[in-house]
Amino acid sequence: MKKLSKMFIALTCVGALLAGCGSGNTAQTPAPAQQPAKEQSNSGSTPKTSGEPVTAVGSTALQPLVEQAAKDFMAKNAGAQIQVQGGGSGTGLSQVASGAATIGNSDIFAEEKKGIPANELVDHKVAVVGMAAAVSPQVKVDNLTKQQLIDIFTGKITNWKDVGGEDMKITLVNRPKSSGTRATFSKFALDGKEEAEGITEDSSGTVRKIIAETPGAIGYLALSYFNDSVKALKLDGVEANAENITSNKYPVWAYEHMYTKGEAAGDAKAFLDFILTDEVQKKTVTELGFLPITDMKVERDAEGKVTQK
Amino acid sequence: MSHRTEGVNTERKSMIAQKMLTTNKRQKTENITGKTIAMICAGLLVIVVLSITYFIASKGLSTFFVDGVSFKEFLTHDKWDPEGEPSAYGVLPFILGSFFVTALAALIAAPLGIGAAIFMTEIFPGFGKKVLKPVIELLVGIPSVVYGYVGLTLLVPFIREQFDVLGFSLLAGGLVLALMILPTITSVAADAIEAVPQDLRNASLALGATRWQTIWNVVLHSALPGCLTAIVLGMSRAFGEALAVQMVIGNTTKLPGGLFEPISTLTSGITLNMGNTIQGTPYNNALWSMALLLLAMSFIFIVILRLLGRKRLAK
Repeated sequence: MKKLSKMFIALTCVGALLAGCGSGNTAQTPAPAQQPAKEQSNSGSTPKTSGEPVTAVGSTALQPLVEQAAKDFMAKNAGAQIQVQGGGSGTGLSQVASGAATIGNSDIFAEEKKGIPANELVDHKVAVVGMAAAVSPQVKVDNLTKQQLIDIFTGKITNWKDVGGEDMKITLVNRPKSSGTRATFSKFALDGKEEAEGITEDSSGTVRKIIAETPGAIGYLALSYFNDSVKALKLDGVEANAENITSNKYPVWAYEHMYTKGEAAGDAKAFLDFILTDEVQKKTVTELGFLPITDMKVERDAEGKVTQK
Repeated sequence: MSHRTEGVNTERKSMIAQKMLTTNKRQKTENITGKTIAMICAGLLVIVVLSITYFIASKGLSTFFVDGVSFKEFLTHDKWDPEGEPSAYGVLPFILGSFFVTALAALIAAPLGIGAAIFMTEIFPGFGKKVLKPVIELLVGIPSVVYGYVGLTLLVPFIREQFDVLGFSLLAGGLVLALMILPTITSVAADAIEAVPQDLRNASLALGATRWQTIWNVVLHSALPGCLTAIVLGMSRAFGEALAVQMVIGNTTKLPGGLFEPISTLTSGITLNMGNTIQGTPYNNALWSMALLLLAMSFIFIVILRLLGRKRLAK
């Protein structure tokens, strides 16, 4: 019995060590590996953090970014506790509005969601995500006008030959009606037109798989999800890249929001400030396929009105 | 000397006997604590079931009593657009989708499952018990997401290439579900067939019936309620399955139009939208109403199972 428990303790220690190494490696990519450690010891002597746990709940699209930022933040501020959970934008908004979560992550403005007291929430835009219509590489079309895209997604055009491609049936791959990605795409790429019914999947990974494997399929994905298996279409001849999005030449993009109920305070405020620092914006944000909010040359409000910064 | 020890021994024996026959204080408290613990467990279970039912009902019914959606529209209309102007709450496509995919799964899995059960118990019992049964139990343990992923990766492209259709379809969902409920049907049906008294088989064979006639007319006939129980159990599992189905049926919200058309089910409708809707909004409440429908269906399945069980007992 004693032996067993000793072994257990030993194993746990080894496990903890390994886990420590693992997280250390992923948290601080190559170069500045020693720097955070130094800072950690500094902040250890002068604790800035209150140690109150902060929960950030919501958007699964934003989750990887918040998780990575939380890891880095906790490595720098000993004692800080930030828990990140998914659940969807709707969950995030309703949890932060009810006070169950400190921060609500959302792909859309709180004003766009019915039933959320948007005036009680304070918006913190932390990143920008671009979206593009995605097709399998077999489709020989590279560019669609907005009108063509609308006709395809409303079910008026059902064959690729009508937009200059080969004779192949078009299969729509949609998101659920309540999805934030669908809301953004429909608002800025389809001028709010009602989409026709198609295959519906929630997860971006599954959507990408379906588009890649189904001949003639078209759907939409956040730019971070594009790889060799799917092709991004230009819209009115404009490519969906960082330069065109930051100047709003390419209009299909959305903010990633982190909402707090009332002004952020304590660790939540420190964490939100940390996400807006160059360190996160220039590194983590870009690495994960988002665009730094600090790069944006325009601003857009909840109604979609765009103003130059 | 020996006499004295004997006397002590008998005395001791009688003391032990007395102890064992009369309840002492320790046994009493043990009895009471045991009873209390068991009662707390049972009570907790009842409370959990009741409160879940109450919770789902209160959420689900508010679609009709708070948001003013008519019950008839909810059940019979085929337009589903809770955030549209005007909003529409017809869940008929989901209901029909759930029923069709469940029925298809049962149609495929029932003959296969009962056939395998006959093989396992009547035709080749040794091999059946040693090899087939563990294999089938293994099938039960595979998580549904794995079935779904296999379906998405193998079955959907296969259907697409064979029939030159989309692939995401009622057929794909039915096949994946059939595979999932096959083990349930097989093992429950096997138990039912095994429970048929050996005398019946002997009597049938003695009357000159062939082995197959015996299996078909006597064994299967008397195991029928058990086999039906197996099928209903499988169907209730198929009806409630969400993940695997969602991955292969395409989730198109329209009335099922054929074997190769994509469909939606109640479960896939709920899982796809739950995280994106706000609690308390009509959209969210409508999803709870769909959950209430699922709960009602599972109650109905349980009632059917009870009735079948009673029939079996009566025999």
